[in-house]
Amino acid sequence: MRIGFMPAAEPVSRLIEELGKLPGIGPKSAARLAYYLLRMPETEARSLAEAIIAVKDETVLCSSCQNIADSDPCAICTSEERHHNIICVVKEPLDLLALERTGRYKGLYHVLHGVLSPMDGIGPGDLKLKELMERIETGSVEEVILATNPNLEGEATAMYIQRLLSPLGLRVTRLARGLPVGGDLEYADEVTLTHALEGRQPM
Amino acid sequence: MARPRVYKTEAIVLKRINLGEADSIITLYTPNHGKIRAVAKGVRRLKSKLGGHLDLLTRSALLLAQGRNLDIITQSQSIESFLPLKSDLNRISCAFYVAELLDQFTAEEVENYPIYRLLNADLLWLCTARNSALVLRHFELQLLSHLGYQPELYHCLGCKSPLTPQRNLFSAISGGSFCPDCAGKEPVVRPISVDALKVMRFLLSNDHTSARRLRMRSDLSH
Repeated sequence: MRIGFMPAAEPVSRLIEELGKLPGIGPKSAARLAYYLLRMPETEARSLAEAIIAVKDETVLCSSCQNIADSDPCAICTSEERHHNIICVVKEPLDLLALERTGRYKGLYHVLHGVLSPMDGIGPGDLKLKELMERIETGSVEEVILATNPNLEGEATAMYIQRLLSPLGLRVTRLARGLPVGGDLEYADEVTLTHALEGRQPM
Repeated sequence: MARPRVYKTEAIVLKRINLGEADSIITLYTPNHGKIRAVAKGVRRLKSKLGGHLDLLTRSALLLAQGRNLDIITQSQSIESFLPLKSDLNRISCAFYVAELLDQFTAEEVENYPIYRLLNADLLWLCTARNSALVLRHFELQLLSHLGYQPELYHCLGCKSPLTPQRNLFSAISGGSFCPDCAGKEPVVRPISVDALKVMRFLLSNDHTSARRLRMRSDLSH
């Protein structure tokens, strides 16, 4: 891909082309980044390049929880301090990080890598559901927390998993839905308010 | 239809595609502007005041501002969230199908008020329907009809004579039925029973209030 009429040296234009493949980076920003990298101190540029290679070479998908990790099984799955009888099912690794930031959850995770979305052609076979069922059938799991997003696709996925798990007779829970901290009641929709009312807590 | 710079409309959300950090491109079906796509800024944030009012298959009152490319949703207030529909996996999948069908079948910005009414009525019906397949067949046939593809179910497409109560044939390519004498020249035909023909005629000529009273044999619902 040539950027306008700019006569760039071959390695530079190759870098521009590669950077342009990143999400949210157009040809102009790609060129600006490329020239910034060119002027960067050698050590910094090398450490960036090494970081990119490491992220591909040194990460694996944990065969148990399907999260992206540096070892298989990952640190969470092998940790002795965590409760191995609770599994929290999330859509993607970023959701796992958000839950970990709370520091309040001490169980294990399972990453689905997507949600059911018939309109985008994503069915049950595209998610890591088989792995979840294997884990539950072989392990000593007592509770499964469904922590998919509170939108229609997330709800559909949660209901689908609930249906899969119901014959196994374990506790299946769903994250509470209600009002966000710092929100404004006036802007809440009826569904959220209904759930908030149903899930009200004594003070 | 030309739209003013800021305009109000009712709409049913058909589809959401993520855009950038926290925005979404939302495909809406509106009464007076047909299908439109608009940007909802920040809807994926937990505290978004738009978020819950713009979930898939929710009917909302919206305020939109014309953008350079896509319009921007500035306010939204849900009117009907079809809650019973969303708490049952089977009904959700039917509703997804309805939304996908409508999205694929319509072009943007082509006004079609009857389709909007059909969508709203059939989604409400789906909330309480005992036989969701019947709702889907009703929606499919009515949608075809409103878009100008209504299949011919009363006369043979070949000889134009009224169909007699016997095992006739149906061609999806030609969009209608044939009597056994004329079907020979058609490339792809499938036999259609008298009952199936009657159900299709009934669903085409009735809205949801009468159609919901129909009891159909299960082999006819597919």
